[in-house]
Amino acid sequence: MSDSASSTRSPTLLPKGLPAPRPSIDGLDAPFWEAARRHALVAQRCRACRTWQWGPEWLCHRCLSFDVGFEPVQGNGRIFSWERVWHPVHPALKTGLPYVPVIVELPGAGGIRMLGNLAGDPEAKVEIGAEVEPLFEDHLEGESPYTLVQWRRTGR
Amino acid sequence: MARSIRDSIRGKVAIAGVGESTYYKRGQAKEPEYVLTLQAILAACRDAGLDPREVDGFASFSNDQNDPARIAAALGLPELRFANMVFGGGGGGGSAAVGNAAAAIAAGYADCVVVYRGLAQGQTYRFGQGNYPAAVSGGMAYLAPYGVLSPAQMFAFRTTRLMHDHGIERGTLRAIAMASYHHAQANPRAVMRGRPLDEAGYDAARWIVEPFGLFDCCLENDGAAAMVLVPAERARDLAQPPVYLLGAAQGSGYRDGASIQNPPDLATSSFKTLAPRLYAMAGVKPSDVDVVQSYENFTGGVVMSLIEHGFCGYENANEFITFENLIAPSGKLPLNTSGGNLAECYMHGLELNIEAVRQIRGQSTSQVPGAEVALVNSGPMVPVASNMIVGAASTR
Repeated sequence: MSDSASSTRSPTLLPKGLPAPRPSIDGLDAPFWEAARRHALVAQRCRACRTWQWGPEWLCHRCLSFDVGFEPVQGNGRIFSWERVWHPVHPALKTGLPYVPVIVELPGAGGIRMLGNLAGDPEAKVEIGAEVEPLFEDHLEGESPYTLVQWRRTGR
Repeated sequence: MARSIRDSIRGKVAIAGVGESTYYKRGQAKEPEYVLTLQAILAACRDAGLDPREVDGFASFSNDQNDPARIAAALGLPELRFANMVFGGGGGGGSAAVGNAAAAIAAGYADCVVVYRGLAQGQTYRFGQGNYPAAVSGGMAYLAPYGVLSPAQMFAFRTTRLMHDHGIERGTLRAIAMASYHHAQANPRAVMRGRPLDEAGYDAARWIVEPFGLFDCCLENDGAAAMVLVPAERARDLAQPPVYLLGAAQGSGYRDGASIQNPPDLATSSFKTLAPRLYAMAGVKPSDVDVVQSYENFTGGVVMSLIEHGFCGYENANEFITFENLIAPSGKLPLNTSGGNLAECYMHGLELNIEAVRQIRGQSTSQVPGAEVALVNSGPMVPVASNMIVGAASTR
């Protein structure tokens, strides 16, 4: 792990300079990014049949209603899969290796999955099924600040 | 009443010619990608013994940049009757393009269709490198800011989960890489000819993204490949022994295209629904297949593909997928006998379709004796995957 990533003064898990997320121009996922700025985790849920859904889509895949909203995700997640990146494919990453992207399953939101980086020692063993909680990572520089949802182990 | 799947294209269309440009390491081709594409198309026509002016259709995949109308004009074709593109940015469209070309011929839209893929990553962009703007939206907004940018990084999750769920070992991935490199040593077209790979070399290679090391990942190349398809009866009068298309399928299962790693079944090559359809159409079962060309974007996808096509089970995959079993001529299931995407050339898998044809003709540089049925699968782990089976005249 790079000095900047492990320093308390620069609390982002990956070095700066990666592409920044922007809400879709059509507005589909704006509520997700707005909630993340408030350090709240939300996901899509159909108002008609109550099915959770991710990634964002304009209609519910189960009942085909277009009345799909965003609701808070209850509880923590579990590591569903992971990888450990050693080869940088972006110039910003050359000082930040290795790092550990994880797919997190959210039992409190119908089992949908989200993706982020796992905090902590990137060379430590990763256990599928381990419980993780969201870690909101603010990126306030620039004209369009945003917040990423990262993950850390709860120890359970 | 629904038509029987056996009433479809089986045996109605033949692959009459195959060809390619010289294959290069990325950045080494002197000719533009478009010129390589023209060279491959003309080579395939020459192989078939067909005047290129008889071509009246084109099919390609993965948003190929070489426009068929421009090619038709450049070749002076009297008439263009079919111009077809499989949606999607991955190699999953390779066998689908062959299937589409065959469907066009069977339906009477066209009589002589060329399937092609031109891809010079040294001239456009390297698939293995992130090439992203300062800001991203849509599905990439949930990946790129987290450092998940390349195909290897997007597909490693599926392989991690496969290995976890079914106890698939790294030695099984290694056997696949070693078989491709072994076959490349006999193939004069292969860019990795002269660079053999042994167990120690595989094990010593650096990680790209765990669980993939360097040799689990496909190459980046410059080149082009093409095939010519004609009605079965017309193929008998051409230069090569006809190779018949027995079946082709494309697509994926339930919500396989759900974004941000949300397909309900993640540890899949996307062939669980396609393989039974393909076998039913072809009237073939796994034990009838003499040789397999299985698309290697990454070795983990090949393991899934072989299992989902019924060549082994999850429980015996480590015992079955061994170097000895995968090599021609002696193995139980010779695999990727040209060297494929790992060691011949990454022509987005179309080189695998070509190799299947050469096997049925008896013209492979790693020939399986008496091969009559060959299976190809294209682009495992992508939501528009495809596969096909070709056979000799005896199977028609």
